[in-house]
Amino acid sequence: MKPRPFKLIRVDSAEGASEALARHGEEARILAGGQSLVPMMNFRVAAPAVLVDINACTGLGGITRTGDIIRLGALTRHRETATSTLVADALPLLAMAMPHVGHLAICNRGTFGGSLAHADPAAELPACALLLDGSVVIGSLRGERRVAAADFFRGLYTTAIEPDELLLAVEFQARRPNAVFAFHELARRHGDFALAGIAASAIRVGEMLGDIAFVGFGIADRPVLLPSVARLAAGALPRLPQIAALKEALAADVEILPDNQQSPAMKAHIVAELILDALGQLSRKGTA
Amino acid sequence: MDDLVVVSMTVNGRAVRRAVSPRQSLADFLRQDLGLTGTHLGCEHGVCGACTIVVDGRIQRGCLSFAAQMEGHTVETIEGATASGRLAALQTAFRERNALQCGFCTPGILLTAAEFLADNPRPIRDAIRTALSGNVCRCTGYHAIVDAVASAAEALS
Ligand SMILES: Cc1cc2nc3c(=O)[nH]c(=O)nc-3n(C[C@H](O)[C@H](O)[C@H](O)COP(=O)(O)OP(=O)(O)OC[C@H]3O[C@@H](n4cnc5c(N)ncnc54)[C@H](O)[C@@H]3O)c2cc1C
Ligand code: FES
Ligand code: FES
Repeated sequence: MKPRPFKLIRVDSAEGASEALARHGEEARILAGGQSLVPMMNFRVAAPAVLVDINACTGLGGITRTGDIIRLGALTRHRETATSTLVADALPLLAMAMPHVGHLAICNRGTFGGSLAHADPAAELPACALLLDGSVVIGSLRGERRVAAADFFRGLYTTAIEPDELLLAVEFQARRPNAVFAFHELARRHGDFALAGIAASAIRVGEMLGDIAFVGFGIADRPVLLPSVARLAAGALPRLPQIAALKEALAADVEILPDNQQSPAMKAHIVAELILDALGQLSRKGTA
Repeated sequence: MDDLVVVSMTVNGRAVRRAVSPRQSLADFLRQDLGLTGTHLGCEHGVCGACTIVVDGRIQRGCLSFAAQMEGHTVETIEGATASGRLAALQTAFRERNALQCGFCTPGILLTAAEFLADNPRPIRDAIRTALSGNVCRCTGYHAIVDAVASAAEALS
């Protein structure tokens, strides 16, 4: 369980990282928290010839607010996101999701940018980024560009990041007044990746819910928006939809893939139950 | 062989400067090069917690970072934490409650519990279980460990 030999390049700025990536091309990988990449290297699923260590980079970390925009630097550790009052106030969905992400030792190290760049289909943060319509800021020697979360996740462990590019930050709109959120997942053990999960949002005015949206994760090769499920839920209000109808809507939105433990039918059932939990939470007064 | 990298760090209060292979994990470096064998390696992919060490005051997996990354950092292992006395209450509670059998998981669990208790001095039982969810023990069945952390919390408060 040791990685293949590699060359380690330690950089102290985003520019330095971009230069190293430009020089070494597809041979190189960014090393952030290492909580996903190093296990893959130890298993020899990944064997990059060059690692560009960005942990000493200044200006890549931190959570800041400018007007209505909240920016999470790529190197923001999970622990910082989980304990940030700015996140708790302006991005309550992230605050709800963080307790499900990894264990303490993992969260001290793992990064926001690393989680998005890794694009594990069962990971919590990509699902949140999609539901919150995050804007992923990507840089290289060629310049900076922005990719909407909906275009960023391209498939299993695959994103819009090109080999010479670095994820710099992710930006989110602060919560709108009356916006409510819910986050539910099923995992075998606290801190493990989800067997399946649901992130949900809505606008609540009095007893009424509008603008309902759902993202499912751990069910396909990437997090997926569930528009048919949202329409069904909106139509059924103030009652909850039937499980059978939910499963039909789910099938219209996504082809659920099995994993090594569960069939698509089992996953569909779990997700349908999680959607009911989420709807219950969205409708309840006094929740965030 | 691959090219060695020279790295300087502080380990248990001592300045250390060594040439290391980039692919050597921090845990292997501590064990093999410094003889600090209290850091254990179980799974080498982040799930068992036996390799837990403290870097710059926060626990992390010794199997998921490389010694070569530690330039300028401060590392504390179970040996250093024990010598400092900061684990004494936990260690007494672990002994009294029989919270270890083979002891393979114990260094990682002690360091994890210490960081958890520093942030949560009066934890409920469920919170202790959650905090230790990233540490696997094959011997005790966990109850005694949770008991020990709870009684250490009481002793400390
Ligand atoms: C035991 C264990 C349990 C875990 N449980 C969970 C969980 O429940 N939920 C969850 O979401 N995650 C979990 N994780 C994974 C953890 O959240 C990772 O930290 C995260 O997925 C990757 O972040 P990282 O900073 O460690 O990235 P790294 O491992 O350093 O990198 C991951 C990938 O992203 C690339 N990359 C990283 N940063 C950048 C960047 N700025 N620009 C371009 N590319 C970049 C790397 O090249 C690599 O390909 C777990 C990990 C472990 C070991
Ligand atoms: S050896 Fe590091 S977590 Fe298991
Ligand atoms: S005491 Fe043996 S593994 Fe925990």
